[in-house]
Amino acid sequence: MSDTRARVLRTLRNPKLVNGIGLGLVALVGVWLVVNFVKGPQEFVNVALDGLTRGSIYGVVALGYTLVYGILQLINFAHGDVFSLSGLVASTMLLSVLGLTGSSSNLAVIGGIVITLAITIPLFAVVNATIERVAYRPLRHAPRLTPLITAVGMSFIVSNISLALYGVDFESGSELIPQGAAFSIGEINVTWKLVFALAIITPALVALSWFVGYTRQGKAMRAVSQDTEASAMMGINVNRTISVTFFIAGSLAAVAGLVFLLEYNLRYDTGFELGLIAFTAAVLGGIGNLAGAVLGALLIGFVQSFNEGLTWFAPGGDWTRSIVFGILIAVLVFRPQGLLGEQTPEGA
Amino acid sequence: MSSLASRAKDLRSSPNKWVAPAVILLGLLYPFLEEPLSTLPLIGDFMPSTGTVVVMIAFTMMAVGLNIVVGYCGLLDLGYVAFYAVGAYTAGWLASQHFEQVTFHFGSSVDNDQVGIHVTMWIVLIAAGLLTMLAGIVIGLPTLRLRGDYLAIVTLGFGEIIPQVVRNGDSFGGFNLTNGTFGIAPIDSVGFPVLSSIAFFPENFQTSDNRERWYYLIAFLLLLFTIFCSVRLRDSRLGRAWIAIREDETAAAAMGVPLMKTKTWAYALGAFFGGVAGAYYASFKSGAFPADFYFNISVFLLCMVILGGMGSIWGVTVGGMILAYLNFSGLSTIGSKIQDAGLNFDPTKYQFGIYGIIIVLMMLFRPTGLIPERRHKVEFEEGVHDTPFYDVQTEGSLTDRDRGND
Repeated sequence: MSDTRARVLRTLRNPKLVNGIGLGLVALVGVWLVVNFVKGPQEFVNVALDGLTRGSIYGVVALGYTLVYGILQLINFAHGDVFSLSGLVASTMLLSVLGLTGSSSNLAVIGGIVITLAITIPLFAVVNATIERVAYRPLRHAPRLTPLITAVGMSFIVSNISLALYGVDFESGSELIPQGAAFSIGEINVTWKLVFALAIITPALVALSWFVGYTRQGKAMRAVSQDTEASAMMGINVNRTISVTFFIAGSLAAVAGLVFLLEYNLRYDTGFELGLIAFTAAVLGGIGNLAGAVLGALLIGFVQSFNEGLTWFAPGGDWTRSIVFGILIAVLVFRPQGLLGEQTPEGA
Repeated sequence: MSSLASRAKDLRSSPNKWVAPAVILLGLLYPFLEEPLSTLPLIGDFMPSTGTVVVMIAFTMMAVGLNIVVGYCGLLDLGYVAFYAVGAYTAGWLASQHFEQVTFHFGSSVDNDQVGIHVTMWIVLIAAGLLTMLAGIVIGLPTLRLRGDYLAIVTLGFGEIIPQVVRNGDSFGGFNLTNGTFGIAPIDSVGFPVLSSIAFFPENFQTSDNRERWYYLIAFLLLLFTIFCSVRLRDSRLGRAWIAIREDETAAAAMGVPLMKTKTWAYALGAFFGGVAGAYYASFKSGAFPADFYFNISVFLLCMVILGGMGSIWGVTVGGMILAYLNFSGLSTIGSKIQDAGLNFDPTKYQFGIYGIIIVLMMLFRPTGLIPERRHKVEFEEGVHDTPFYDVQTEGSLTDRDRGND
């Protein structure tokens, strides 16, 4: 009896079997995509472009999670809520303070976006760094669950600040950008939405990779995320580096908040679910790995759009959340280090 | 330097032996005290009705169950609401007219001509606990190998998936499992169909004159049973293994504690009480609706555990009653007082913000909770294994670990 059980367990734990099941799942998804592509190529590509728009926003949010996780091994639950608060503040800036409407000229809209970003980026950088200073830093040496639970609490506090300031209504800035296609290739429409999203997000990503890769402070960040104690011995100011990380994560949240506002609509609790999706993306790509976060986010964006947009055996929007979390669980079971491998002090 | 023996003695809890019986007696009498208490000046308005206390007890039971997972074993579960949902829907499946294809009656007080499965609620409560236990094991097996924070996010994922499955579950290949967004209602009442012919026991609580009082009595006994099991579990071999894992997983494994098995048991037993409480609550409000199961409930329960003190049974019970009182009656009473005073502020709108503030403040200033478990307190004061020997942040200072006195 126990012999059989041991044999069954051994079979279940066999890495070949586990990998086989994982690859089988991926193959099934592949077949599903190919059939959908053959049934309607144009529709497929249009849906994919929608996924690209979504995925790029998820990517910016996911970077915020992965930066903080890489350096503190903390899931900063409040990040998603900082994102939605920044989107709401951006809506006040664009629609009320600057008074832009759907009939404003394109130049005015672009100017408005630049001015809004010039205000929200520093503002939410400071907000995010303050959250770290007030709520996480005093717990640096507490047992590991303590800051994690605090992060859940902070998430609720930030989302309730949004609720108090903006109520339960959705805000949207999608009327500001031109509707329809910027240009078309055959039946494939590249929408203005996508153009705007990429035009704002690409510079942000370039700036981030320059900062992390080529500045002294960026080098310090990489060092601290590799080994906090060793980098402190090398004379790196660890506390300042962590603050800078939260600073950058906050700025990225502000960028993502603005783009999301322009593309969709959001309210106080949008950030919670989007934050979870973005975290899933970060885990999918390999937590702590910047390129991985963007790759994972694009994949999740495609998954969500394919699920909601395709017609052949697609579960539909009712199941999006289950599918995204199903992916998260599958990744953690089959490949816990993510697609590109994780980069944290403790490793896999 | 204190000897190990005297420290072990310090850690053994020795509560005043009169407190528990007094609280139990007061608790049993509350339905009769409620009326005179609510006429008192000043505090009278703040007395919860007996029906509210039933709800408070149901949620406190879940908190005591969650305490097994979070407090004893140190596994952060952010998806406990899934167990509540499984419990409530088990009651819906086994004791309502939902499955109209079959007619099956067993010891239930409903009329024999009603369609659907109608098993007596006493068995349903146990079945709900067992099925939820199974759900806990299914969730636990693939995930318990993960690091603490990954586990938190995966449980959160399950806590989101199960309500969505419930909401979309009105047509699995044409089979209506959960009746979608409408939920399952009505769910049968708890009652004493056999005893009612002998003595004054009601056959059916929902239709009896003292509906709330009967539900209260059974809820109170269930809570006592949960607490009793919780105490016995903590002191058992299994419970000591849980605490060993919480304190130092590596050391526990080295001492021969089977990690996976022990953690899975923590999950399963923690889930059991969530399922029983969920089924009982579903019977009390006579329905299981998908809108009841959302992430905030998981955080609400977690907040109870943190406020009371992780691992401390009495703490969690007190913390659970306080927060559930605020949630289901206190905040709206306070809100109406504020409105009467002429201010336009509604605290019920910000209830989860308030719980967030409670969580953060407790974590920052009193991480061991209102009534700390002694052993857990020692863990916090003397540090745990992952405390570094040398505090790199403040030059030249040693951490508590080196300063330790033994």
